[in-house]
Amino acid sequence: MILVLVETGSDGATPTSLETLTFARELAGRLGGETVEALIIGPLGAGEASAGGPEAQERVKEKLSAQLAEQGVDSIHHAAGERLERYGASGWATALGAVPAAYVLAAGTPRGSEVLAHVAARAGAMMAANVVGIVDTEPLVLSRQVMGGGVFEHMRLDGAPRVLTVAGHAVDPVAADDASAPVWHEFEPELSDADLVTAVVRVETGAPDATSTLTGARVVVGAGRGVGSADGFDDLLQLRDQLGAALGASRVVTSLGWRPHHEQIGQTGSRISPEVYLACGISGAVQHWAGCQSAKMIVAINTDPDAPMVTQADYAIIGDLHQVVPALTAALRRRESSGG
Amino acid sequence: MVNLLVCIKRVPEIAGEILLSQDGHSIDARHVGHTLSEHDECAIELAVGLAGDTGGEVRVLSLGTAEAAEQLRYAVALGAGAATLITADPESYGPADVAAAIAAEVRASPAAYDLILVGNDAADTGDFQVGVRLGFALGRPVLTGINTAEIHGSSVLARGAGPQGTDVFEVPLPAVMAVQEGGVEPRYPSIRGRLKAKRLSIDRKDPLIEPIGSGRVKLTLPPTKPSTVQILGEGPDAVPALVEILASSGVLNR
Repeated sequence: MILVLVETGSDGATPTSLETLTFARELAGRLGGETVEALIIGPLGAGEASAGGPEAQERVKEKLSAQLAEQGVDSIHHAAGERLERYGASGWATALGAVPAAYVLAAGTPRGSEVLAHVAARAGAMMAANVVGIVDTEPLVLSRQVMGGGVFEHMRLDGAPRVLTVAGHAVDPVAADDASAPVWHEFEPELSDADLVTAVVRVETGAPDATSTLTGARVVVGAGRGVGSADGFDDLLQLRDQLGAALGASRVVTSLGWRPHHEQIGQTGSRISPEVYLACGISGAVQHWAGCQSAKMIVAINTDPDAPMVTQADYAIIGDLHQVVPALTAALRRRESSGG
Repeated sequence: MVNLLVCIKRVPEIAGEILLSQDGHSIDARHVGHTLSEHDECAIELAVGLAGDTGGEVRVLSLGTAEAAEQLRYAVALGAGAATLITADPESYGPADVAAAIAAEVRASPAAYDLILVGNDAADTGDFQVGVRLGFALGRPVLTGINTAEIHGSSVLARGAGPQGTDVFEVPLPAVMAVQEGGVEPRYPSIRGRLKAKRLSIDRKDPLIEPIGSGRVKLTLPPTKPSTVQILGEGPDAVPALVEILASSGVLNR
């Protein structure tokens, strides 16, 4: 059986969890004879829905049932209980261990990676992180991202269980040919006191975290060194607001302290997959590509026609972003006011 | 007083084209420099800060070739007081091996480390598991994705980004933490630090375990995509063409 850890938000399963389910189905097809089952841990909606009470939980549950049925999942296991109210990797690993499986999968998110590392460590098994494809099944050889996505490693994954995380945006979440009618199994795993030691004691929501806005945005305006200074963001912020977009930044920009780290796109920042990525004044280092290569369309605005961001983009305007971006914002405003 | 161990890794510094070795088993790093993973730099910064706050000490440790001394000395220049090099070919060590080798070294060491820090994942192999495996091997609580930390008596209060905001953890010492970039700003080495690093004698050890390996069969490069960029023009004159493209992509209809 292939067990997929499904992370949830107020919209049901997170997009990367749906991608992982699609990957799991492909793996099941290649292996032959394996079923795909889902495990959800803790309050549905990762705390958001639980704050809304039982009704909100029920809404998320309905949504999840529909999404997981569409993904052809055979069974849904839901580990709940007082000791799982707050996230803790050790407790989640115990919950995963309560559902025996030959293959354990999660999205390559911070939590997915952390929990599966616990599962692998406990089992004395290997773990393949950020898998993007299946090379072979006998023996199992997977392709995974290394060097921030700039290189693929073919890795032989042995052990029991076989533990792997699926890189974000490596596969498109596709519905199964035949939807399933998965049954919910609620259970309360037995967590030890040691499992609770590393649980979250509280969540501080004071500082808005734009990370989820960035990773889920349809349009992202990216800012690089070409912005020039911390005071040079007005043009980009106006364009962001006009487009209803999210603002992202290259590592240089966050390292220089021009923008906060949670806006960073790239190997050590967020991985985005918008419809359109407008990369402004970004040269396009390998580490930045690791975070933006899943964009459906990339438009570069840059003074250097030879910058990798330009040569690998779909469209480009050669020029100073401080001239091009205000002109673009103005043109979009005119178009909007004329009802275009 | 809190004594800290920071485990760091020498990684190729990739800025341009990546080349593979002839056997396709490793990165051809002959013509590139080497550096520390960004997360490792933050782990050093966090450790040096915590040691300064509590009057403790920082030792840095790396498993790697003799050249990894360069990264250890850099960490000493940043404020670490001592360095250990477990001399081994890192290519033959998988993440479980690295964790086992460090755990064995920690157990054999007379020093008692209250807090062991690692980077959240290595910039080259991106395995996301050494910290967790190390915590498991030593029977210590382990946190990952940590941005900042404070010592409160016999426990550490740590913060990291979570899906709903900042997750706060409080775990008893001794503990292991995997540090993620974003909470602390790594300092630059001082002249005094550089001099100290130059003079420092690195403790060289042999690994106490036999590696199993990483499971690597080979490396491949993504197919190089020929440039298909359509240059829309220069400067603001090109804006109308871009507006048309954005309009036809559907993203302007909100």
